[in-house]
Amino acid sequence: MKAVFLSLGALLLGAVLALAQADGSKARNAADSRFDYAELAKAPEKARSRRNPLAGEETAVAGGKKLFEQHCAACHGLNGEGGKKAPSLLVPEVQDATPGALFWVLTNGVVRRGMPVWSKLPEAQRWQMVSYLETLKTSPPSAGTAAK
Amino acid sequence: MALAGPSRLQAQESPYIVTYDHYLEEPGNLEVEYFSTLGTQRGGHDFHAGWLELEYGATAWWTTELYLDGQSTFHDSTVFTGFRWENRFRLLQREHFINPVLYIEYEQISEADKIVKEVEGHDVEADHAVPNAEARRGHNHELELKLLLSKNFKGWNVAVNPLATKPLLPSGPWEFGYAVGASRPLALKASAQKCNFCRENFSAGVEMYGDLGDTISPGLHETSHYLAPAAAWNLPSGWTFRVSPGFGLNDNSHRLLMRWGVSREFTGFGETVSKLFRGRQ
Repeated sequence: MKAVFLSLGALLLGAVLALAQADGSKARNAADSRFDYAELAKAPEKARSRRNPLAGEETAVAGGKKLFEQHCAACHGLNGEGGKKAPSLLVPEVQDATPGALFWVLTNGVVRRGMPVWSKLPEAQRWQMVSYLETLKTSPPSAGTAAK
Repeated sequence: MALAGPSRLQAQESPYIVTYDHYLEEPGNLEVEYFSTLGTQRGGHDFHAGWLELEYGATAWWTTELYLDGQSTFHDSTVFTGFRWENRFRLLQREHFINPVLYIEYEQISEADKIVKEVEGHDVEADHAVPNAEARRGHNHELELKLLLSKNFKGWNVAVNPLATKPLLPSGPWEFGYAVGASRPLALKASAQKCNFCRENFSAGVEMYGDLGDTISPGLHETSHYLAPAAAWNLPSGWTFRVSPGFGLNDNSHRLLMRWGVSREFTGFGETVSKLFRGRQ
Protein backbone atom coordinates (compact mmCIF):
# COMPACT_ATOMS: atom_id res chain seq x y z
CA MET A 1 0.00 0.00 0.00
CA LYS A 2 2.90 2.33 0.82
CA ALA A 3 4.28 1.80 -2.66
CA VAL A 4 0.92 2.72 -4.19
CA PHE A 5 0.81 6.01 -2.26
CA LEU A 6 4.41 6.76 -3.17
CA SER A 7 3.64 6.11 -6.83
CA LEU A 8 0.53 8.27 -6.78
CA GLY A 9 2.49 11.02 -5.05
CA ALA A 10 5.21 10.84 -7.70
CA LEU A 11 2.63 10.99 -10.48
CA LEU A 12 0.91 13.97 -8.89
CA LEU A 13 4.23 15.76 -8.52
CA GLY A 14 5.01 15.08 -12.17
CA ALA A 15 1.63 16.38 -13.29
CA VAL A 16 2.04 19.57 -11.26
CA LEU A 17 5.55 20.14 -12.61
CA ALA A 18 4.48 19.47 -16.17
CA LEU A 19 1.44 21.72 -16.01
CA ALA A 20 3.51 24.41 -14.31
CA GLN A 21 5.44 24.59 -17.53
CA ALA A 22 2.27 25.76 -19.20
CA ASP A 23 3.02 29.00 -17.40
CA GLY A 24 5.43 29.57 -20.28
CA SER A 25 2.38 30.46 -22.33
CA LYS A 26 2.18 33.88 -20.65
CA ALA A 27 2.28 36.84 -22.99
CA ARG A 28 5.63 37.51 -24.56
CA ASN A 29 7.27 40.88 -24.21
CA ALA A 30 9.59 42.71 -26.59
CA ALA A 31 12.71 41.35 -24.91
CA ASP A 32 11.46 37.78 -25.42
CA SER A 33 10.93 38.42 -29.12
CA ARG A 34 14.37 40.00 -29.58
CA PHE A 35 15.86 36.90 -28.00
CA ASP A 36 13.92 34.70 -30.45
CA TYR A 37 14.93 36.74 -33.51
CA ALA A 38 18.57 36.59 -32.43
CA GLU A 39 18.40 32.88 -33.15
CA LEU A 40 18.28 33.64 -36.89
CA ALA A 41 21.66 35.33 -36.66
CA LYS A 42 23.13 32.17 -35.15
CA ALA A 43 22.66 30.23 -38.37
CA PRO A 44 26.09 29.18 -39.66
CA GLU A 45 27.23 30.90 -42.87
CA LYS A 46 26.94 27.68 -44.86
CA ALA A 47 23.33 27.19 -43.75
CA ARG A 48 22.46 30.86 -44.26
CA SER A 49 23.66 30.84 -47.84
CA ARG A 50 21.57 27.85 -48.88
CA ARG A 51 19.08 28.57 -51.61
CA ASN A 52 15.50 27.43 -51.56
CA PRO A 53 15.30 24.66 -54.19
CA LEU A 54 11.56 25.29 -54.49
CA ALA A 55 11.82 29.07 -54.97
CA GLY A 56 9.36 30.34 -57.56
CA GLU A 57 7.11 27.27 -57.43
CA GLU A 58 3.54 28.32 -56.77
CA THR A 59 2.58 24.90 -55.54
CA ALA A 60 5.36 25.16 -52.97
CA VAL A 61 3.77 28.30 -51.53
CA ALA A 62 0.32 26.69 -51.41
CA GLY A 63 1.71 23.57 -49.77
CA GLY A 64 3.73 25.72 -47.39
CA LYS A 65 0.61 27.64 -46.38
CA LYS A 66 -1.15 24.39 -45.58
CA LEU A 67 1.81 23.20 -43.51
CA PHE A 68 2.06 26.54 -41.72
CA GLU A 69 -1.60 26.37 -40.74
CA GLN A 70 -1.19 22.81 -39.49
CA HIS A 71 2.05 23.17 -37.59
CA CYS A 72 2.82 26.84 -36.87
CA ALA A 73 -0.35 28.92 -36.74
CA ALA A 74 -1.37 27.75 -33.26
CA CYS A 75 1.61 29.66 -31.79
CA HIS A 76 2.61 32.22 -34.47
CA GLY A 77 -0.94 33.18 -35.48
CA LEU A 78 -2.82 32.31 -38.63
CA ASN A 79 -1.13 35.13 -40.55
CA GLY A 80 2.21 34.93 -38.75
CA GLU A 81 1.33 37.96 -36.65
CA GLY A 82 2.57 36.35 -33.45
CA GLY A 83 0.75 35.24 -30.34
CA LYS A 84 1.15 34.61 -26.63
CA LYS A 85 3.54 31.75 -27.22
CA ALA A 86 5.59 32.81 -30.23
CA PRO A 87 6.78 36.01 -31.88
CA SER A 88 5.58 37.71 -35.05
CA LEU A 89 7.02 36.50 -38.33
CA LEU A 90 6.11 39.74 -40.12
CA VAL A 91 8.93 41.82 -38.66
CA PRO A 92 12.05 42.78 -40.68
CA GLU A 93 14.24 40.43 -38.61
CA VAL A 94 12.35 37.50 -40.12
CA GLN A 95 11.33 38.89 -43.48
CA ASP A 96 14.86 40.08 -44.29
CA ALA A 97 16.43 36.79 -43.21
CA THR A 98 17.81 34.57 -45.96
CA PRO A 99 15.83 31.46 -46.94
CA GLY A 100 18.71 29.40 -45.59
CA ALA A 101 18.53 31.06 -42.16
CA LEU A 102 14.76 30.46 -41.96
CA PHE A 103 15.25 26.85 -42.96
CA TRP A 104 17.96 26.46 -40.34
CA VAL A 105 15.75 27.78 -37.53
CA LEU A 106 12.84 25.63 -38.68
CA THR A 107 15.07 22.58 -38.68
CA ASN A 108 16.71 23.20 -35.30
CA GLY A 109 13.90 24.93 -33.46
CA VAL A 110 14.60 27.18 -30.50
CA VAL A 111 14.22 24.47 -27.91
CA ARG A 112 15.06 26.57 -24.85
CA ARG A 113 12.41 29.09 -25.87
CA GLY A 114 9.70 26.51 -26.56
CA MET A 115 9.91 26.13 -30.32
CA PRO A 116 10.18 22.46 -31.25
CA VAL A 117 12.57 21.15 -33.89
CA TRP A 118 10.73 20.61 -37.16
CA SER A 119 13.21 18.29 -38.79
CA LYS A 120 10.50 15.66 -38.42
CA LEU A 121 9.01 17.20 -41.55
CA PRO A 122 10.82 16.15 -44.72
CA GLU A 123 13.29 18.70 -46.08
CA ALA A 124 11.03 19.53 -49.03
CA GLN A 125 8.17 20.43 -46.68
CA ARG A 126 10.43 22.73 -44.64
CA TRP A 127 11.45 24.53 -47.84
CA GLN A 128 7.75 24.82 -48.72
CA MET A 129 7.19 26.56 -45.40
CA VAL A 130 10.10 28.91 -46.12
CA SER A 131 8.48 29.70 -49.49
CA TYR A 132 5.25 30.57 -47.72
CA LEU A 133 6.96 32.63 -44.99
CA GLU A 134 8.54 34.78 -47.68
CA THR A 135 5.13 35.65 -49.10
CA LEU A 136 4.02 37.11 -45.74
CA LYS A 137 6.09 40.23 -46.36
CA THR A 138 3.76 41.15 -49.20
CA SER A 139 0.54 40.04 -47.47
CA PRO A 140 -0.89 42.51 -44.95
CA PRO A 141 -1.76 40.91 -41.60
CA SER A 142 -5.36 40.67 -40.46
CA ALA A 143 -6.76 43.78 -38.80
CA GLY A 144 -6.00 43.99 -35.10
CA THR A 145 -3.43 41.25 -35.15
CA ALA A 146 -0.35 43.15 -36.26
CA ALA A 147 2.83 42.64 -34.30
CA LYS A 148 3.36 44.91 -31.36
CA MET B 1 -11.38 27.29 -25.83
CA ALA B 2 -8.10 26.25 -27.36
CA LEU B 3 -9.00 22.58 -27.37
CA ALA B 4 -11.95 23.21 -29.59
CA GLY B 5 -10.43 26.01 -31.63
CA PRO B 6 -9.70 25.80 -35.33
CA SER B 7 -5.95 26.23 -35.05
CA ARG B 8 -3.91 23.14 -34.51
CA LEU B 9 -0.29 22.43 -33.97
CA GLN B 10 0.01 18.89 -35.19
CA ALA B 11 2.79 16.45 -35.04
CA GLN B 12 3.66 14.35 -38.03
CA GLU B 13 3.43 11.04 -36.23
CA SER B 14 5.75 8.20 -37.11
CA PRO B 15 4.33 4.72 -37.71
CA TYR B 16 6.35 3.19 -34.86
CA ILE B 17 4.52 1.53 -32.00
CA VAL B 18 7.51 0.24 -30.02
CA THR B 19 10.46 2.29 -31.27
CA TYR B 20 10.87 5.96 -30.39
CA ASP B 21 12.38 8.62 -32.62
CA HIS B 22 13.86 11.77 -31.03
CA TYR B 23 10.82 13.98 -31.50
CA LEU B 24 8.91 15.06 -28.41
CA GLU B 25 5.35 16.22 -27.96
CA GLU B 26 4.90 19.89 -28.82
CA PRO B 27 4.84 22.09 -25.68
CA GLY B 28 1.42 22.44 -24.10
CA ASN B 29 -0.14 19.74 -26.29
CA LEU B 30 -1.83 16.63 -24.95
CA GLU B 31 -1.96 13.49 -27.04
CA VAL B 32 -4.43 10.80 -26.04
CA GLU B 33 -3.60 7.42 -27.54
CA TYR B 34 -5.10 3.96 -27.36
CA PHE B 35 -3.19 0.92 -28.55
CA SER B 36 -4.26 -2.65 -28.84
CA THR B 37 -2.31 -5.88 -29.21
CA LEU B 38 -3.85 -9.18 -30.23
CA GLY B 39 -1.36 -11.92 -29.41
CA THR B 40 -1.25 -15.58 -30.22
CA GLN B 41 -0.20 -17.88 -27.39
CA ARG B 42 1.19 -21.39 -27.55
CA GLY B 43 0.63 -23.42 -24.38
CA GLY B 44 -2.12 -21.05 -23.27
CA HIS B 45 -4.91 -18.82 -24.53
CA ASP B 46 -4.62 -16.01 -27.05
CA PHE B 47 -5.01 -12.55 -25.57
CA HIS B 48 -5.94 -8.99 -26.30
CA ALA B 49 -3.92 -6.37 -24.42
CA GLY B 50 -4.66 -2.67 -24.55
CA TRP B 51 -3.09 0.44 -23.17
CA LEU B 52 -4.05 4.08 -22.88
CA GLU B 53 -1.38 6.76 -23.17
CA LEU B 54 -1.71 10.36 -22.02
CA GLU B 55 1.27 12.21 -23.47
CA TYR B 56 1.94 15.81 -22.56
CA GLY B 57 4.56 18.20 -23.90
CA ALA B 58 5.76 19.97 -20.77
CA THR B 59 8.45 21.90 -22.66
CA ALA B 60 10.16 21.61 -26.03
CA TRP B 61 12.80 19.42 -24.29
CA TRP B 62 10.61 17.39 -21.88
CA THR B 63 7.64 15.12 -22.57
CA THR B 64 5.86 13.27 -19.81
CA GLU B 65 3.46 10.38 -20.31
CA LEU B 66 1.15 8.15 -18.27
CA TYR B 67 0.26 4.62 -19.43
CA LEU B 68 -2.60 2.53 -18.12
CA ASP B 69 -2.36 -1.16 -19.09
CA GLY B 70 -4.88 -3.98 -19.19
CA GLN B 71 -5.52 -7.27 -20.92
CA SER B 72 -8.16 -9.85 -21.69
CA THR B 73 -7.10 -13.46 -22.04
CA PHE B 74 -9.58 -15.53 -23.99
CA HIS B 75 -11.32 -18.22 -21.89
CA ASP B 76 -9.81 -16.59 -18.80
CA SER B 77 -10.49 -13.03 -17.58
CA THR B 78 -9.96 -9.31 -18.08
CA VAL B 79 -7.59 -7.54 -15.72
CA PHE B 80 -6.08 -4.10 -15.16
CA THR B 81 -2.35 -4.73 -15.04
CA GLY B 82 -0.85 -1.46 -13.86
CA PHE B 83 0.60 1.88 -14.89
CA ARG B 84 3.79 3.36 -16.22
CA TRP B 85 5.07 6.91 -15.92
CA GLU B 86 7.47 7.85 -18.68
CA ASN B 87 9.60 10.93 -19.16
CA ARG B 88 11.67 11.85 -22.21
CA PHE B 89 14.35 14.54 -22.12
CA ARG B 90 15.98 16.01 -25.19
CA LEU B 91 19.68 16.25 -24.39
CA LEU B 92 20.88 18.61 -27.14
CA GLN B 93 19.38 21.95 -28.10
CA ARG B 94 19.85 21.61 -31.85
CA GLU B 95 19.77 18.93 -34.49
CA HIS B 96 22.94 16.89 -34.87
CA PHE B 97 24.12 13.96 -36.94
CA ILE B 98 22.50 11.69 -34.34
CA ASN B 99 20.04 13.08 -31.83
CA PRO B 100 19.90 11.58 -28.33
CA VAL B 101 16.90 11.65 -26.02
CA LEU B 102 17.00 10.19 -22.50
CA TYR B 103 13.98 8.07 -21.57
CA ILE B 104 13.20 7.32 -17.91
CA GLU B 105 10.19 5.24 -16.95
CA TYR B 106 8.80 3.97 -13.67
CA GLU B 107 6.55 0.92 -13.98
CA GLN B 108 4.23 -0.62 -11.44
CA ILE B 109 2.72 -3.55 -13.27
CA SER B 110 1.57 -7.05 -12.43
CA GLU B 111 3.02 -10.15 -14.03
CA ALA B 112 -0.23 -10.50 -15.96
CA ASP B 113 0.79 -7.52 -18.12
CA LYS B 114 0.88 -8.54 -21.79
CA ILE B 115 1.15 -5.34 -23.79
CA VAL B 116 4.67 -6.33 -24.89
CA LYS B 117 5.49 -2.64 -25.41
CA GLU B 118 9.08 -3.60 -24.87
CA VAL B 119 10.84 -6.88 -24.21
CA GLU B 120 13.84 -7.09 -21.95
CA GLY B 121 15.97 -9.58 -20.06
CA HIS B 122 14.61 -13.04 -20.82
CA ASP B 123 10.99 -12.18 -21.61
CA VAL B 124 9.59 -15.06 -23.66
CA GLU B 125 6.21 -16.25 -24.88
CA ALA B 126 5.88 -18.87 -22.12
CA ASP B 127 5.73 -16.07 -19.49
CA HIS B 128 2.28 -15.17 -20.82
CA ALA B 129 0.83 -18.68 -20.59
CA VAL B 130 0.26 -18.36 -16.84
CA PRO B 131 -3.46 -17.95 -15.94
CA ASN B 132 -4.42 -14.40 -14.93
CA ALA B 133 -5.48 -15.35 -11.40
CA GLU B 134 -1.98 -16.58 -10.70
CA ALA B 135 -0.01 -14.05 -12.73
CA ARG B 136 -1.68 -10.98 -11.26
CA ARG B 137 -0.47 -11.91 -7.78
CA GLY B 138 3.06 -10.94 -8.77
CA HIS B 139 3.79 -7.22 -8.88
CA ASN B 140 6.83 -5.54 -10.35
CA HIS B 141 8.19 -2.11 -9.64
CA GLU B 142 10.75 -1.33 -12.30
CA LEU B 143 12.91 1.54 -13.47
CA GLU B 144 13.49 1.54 -17.20
CA LEU B 145 16.09 3.62 -19.01
CA LYS B 146 16.40 4.03 -22.74
CA LEU B 147 18.65 6.05 -24.94
CA LEU B 148 16.65 7.13 -27.97
CA LEU B 149 18.98 7.73 -30.91
CA SER B 150 17.46 8.91 -34.13
CA LYS B 151 18.32 10.57 -37.40
CA ASN B 152 16.40 11.85 -40.41
CA PHE B 153 18.02 11.56 -43.81
CA LYS B 154 16.44 12.15 -47.21
CA GLY B 155 12.97 11.64 -45.82
CA TRP B 156 13.88 8.47 -43.93
CA ASN B 157 13.95 8.22 -40.16
CA VAL B 158 16.25 5.68 -38.57
CA ALA B 159 15.93 5.13 -34.82
CA VAL B 160 17.85 2.89 -32.41
CA ASN B 161 16.72 2.42 -28.79
CA PRO B 162 18.96 0.40 -26.46
CA LEU B 163 17.21 -0.15 -23.12
CA ALA B 164 18.10 -1.26 -19.59
CA THR B 165 15.58 -2.13 -16.88
CA LYS B 166 16.21 -2.46 -13.15
CA PRO B 167 13.62 -4.39 -11.14
CA LEU B 168 13.29 -2.46 -7.85
CA LEU B 169 10.71 -4.51 -5.97
CA PRO B 170 11.50 -7.37 -5.92
CA SER B 171 15.08 -6.44 -6.67
CA GLY B 172 16.69 -8.16 -9.61
CA PRO B 173 19.54 -7.86 -12.08
CA TRP B 174 19.64 -5.21 -14.81
CA GLU B 175 17.85 -6.47 -17.91
CA PHE B 176 18.58 -5.37 -21.45
CA GLY B 177 16.72 -5.04 -24.71
CA TYR B 178 16.58 -3.10 -27.94
CA ALA B 179 14.28 -1.64 -30.55
CA VAL B 180 15.28 -0.34 -33.98
CA GLY B 181 13.14 1.15 -36.69
CA ALA B 182 13.18 2.82 -40.08
CA SER B 183 10.31 4.71 -41.67
CA ARG B 184 9.46 7.19 -44.39
CA PRO B 185 6.42 9.24 -45.47
CA LEU B 186 5.00 8.11 -48.81
CA ALA B 187 5.51 11.63 -50.24
CA LEU B 188 8.08 14.20 -49.18
CA LYS B 189 6.35 17.30 -50.54
CA ALA B 190 3.02 18.56 -49.24
CA SER B 191 0.23 18.88 -51.74
CA ALA B 192 -1.48 22.24 -52.09
CA GLN B 193 -4.92 21.12 -50.94
CA LYS B 194 -6.07 19.97 -47.54
CA CYS B 195 -6.84 16.30 -47.94
CA ASN B 196 -7.20 13.14 -45.92
CA PHE B 197 -5.83 10.80 -48.53
CA CYS B 198 -2.76 12.74 -49.75
CA ARG B 199 0.30 10.55 -49.92
CA GLU B 200 2.20 12.75 -47.45
CA ASN B 201 -0.35 11.81 -44.77
CA PHE B 202 0.79 8.18 -44.89
CA SER B 203 4.06 6.78 -43.64
CA ALA B 204 5.38 3.26 -43.52
CA GLY B 205 8.32 1.51 -41.99
CA VAL B 206 9.54 -1.49 -40.10
CA GLU B 207 10.53 -2.13 -36.50
CA MET B 208 12.55 -4.85 -34.87
CA TYR B 209 12.69 -5.36 -31.13
CA GLY B 210 13.79 -7.97 -28.66
CA ASP B 211 15.60 -8.76 -25.43
CA LEU B 212 19.30 -9.21 -24.77
CA GLY B 213 19.45 -11.02 -21.42
CA ASP B 214 20.49 -9.59 -18.08
CA THR B 215 23.64 -8.98 -16.05
CA ILE B 216 23.55 -12.54 -14.68
CA SER B 217 22.98 -14.20 -18.02
CA PRO B 218 23.64 -11.83 -20.92
CA GLY B 219 23.20 -12.87 -24.52
CA LEU B 220 20.56 -14.12 -26.90
CA HIS B 221 19.65 -17.48 -25.32
CA GLU B 222 16.09 -17.61 -23.94
CA THR B 223 15.19 -14.33 -25.61
CA SER B 224 12.41 -13.29 -27.96
CA HIS B 225 12.62 -11.06 -31.04
CA TYR B 226 10.05 -9.52 -33.36
CA LEU B 227 9.97 -7.98 -36.81
CA ALA B 228 7.03 -5.66 -37.41
CA PRO B 229 6.09 -3.71 -40.52
CA ALA B 230 4.25 -0.55 -39.48
CA ALA B 231 2.08 2.06 -41.17
CA ALA B 232 0.51 5.32 -40.02
CA TRP B 233 -2.17 7.61 -41.39
CA ASN B 234 -2.07 11.21 -40.13
CA LEU B 235 -5.31 13.06 -40.72
CA PRO B 236 -5.37 16.87 -40.93
CA SER B 237 -7.98 16.84 -38.15
CA GLY B 238 -5.35 15.68 -35.67
CA TRP B 239 -6.21 11.99 -35.62
CA THR B 240 -3.58 9.33 -36.32
CA PHE B 241 -4.18 5.66 -37.02
CA ARG B 242 -1.44 3.05 -36.83
CA VAL B 243 -1.29 -0.62 -37.66
CA SER B 244 1.58 -3.05 -37.20
CA PRO B 245 1.61 -6.85 -37.41
CA GLY B 246 4.60 -8.17 -35.45
CA PHE B 247 6.05 -11.57 -36.31
CA GLY B 248 8.07 -13.62 -33.83
CA LEU B 249 11.52 -14.46 -35.11
CA ASN B 250 12.30 -17.47 -32.91
CA ASP B 251 10.57 -20.20 -30.90
CA ASN B 252 10.54 -18.06 -27.75
CA SER B 253 8.49 -15.35 -29.43
CA HIS B 254 4.76 -15.05 -29.93
CA ARG B 255 4.03 -16.05 -33.51
CA LEU B 256 1.95 -12.93 -34.11
CA LEU B 257 1.39 -9.68 -32.24
CA MET B 258 -1.21 -7.80 -34.23
CA ARG B 259 -1.20 -4.18 -33.12
CA TRP B 260 -3.23 -1.14 -33.98
CA GLY B 261 -3.66 2.26 -32.39
CA VAL B 262 -5.54 5.50 -32.61
CA SER B 263 -4.47 8.85 -31.24
CA ARG B 264 -5.71 12.42 -31.12
CA GLU B 265 -3.66 15.49 -30.36
CA PHE B 266 -5.15 18.41 -28.41
CA THR B 267 -3.48 21.77 -28.84
CA GLY B 268 -3.09 24.17 -25.94
CA PHE B 269 -4.13 21.71 -23.23
CA GLY B 270 -1.64 23.10 -20.70
CA GLU B 271 -2.77 26.66 -21.28
CA THR B 272 -6.42 25.65 -20.88
CA VAL B 273 -5.73 23.87 -17.60
CA SER B 274 -3.72 26.85 -16.36
CA LYS B 275 -6.65 29.14 -17.09
CA LEU B 276 -9.00 26.85 -15.18
CA PHE B 277 -6.89 27.19 -12.04
CA ARG B 278 -6.06 30.88 -12.40
CA GLY B 279 -9.27 32.27 -13.76
CA ARG B 280 -9.37 34.64 -16.68
CA GLN B 281 -6.80 37.43 -16.64
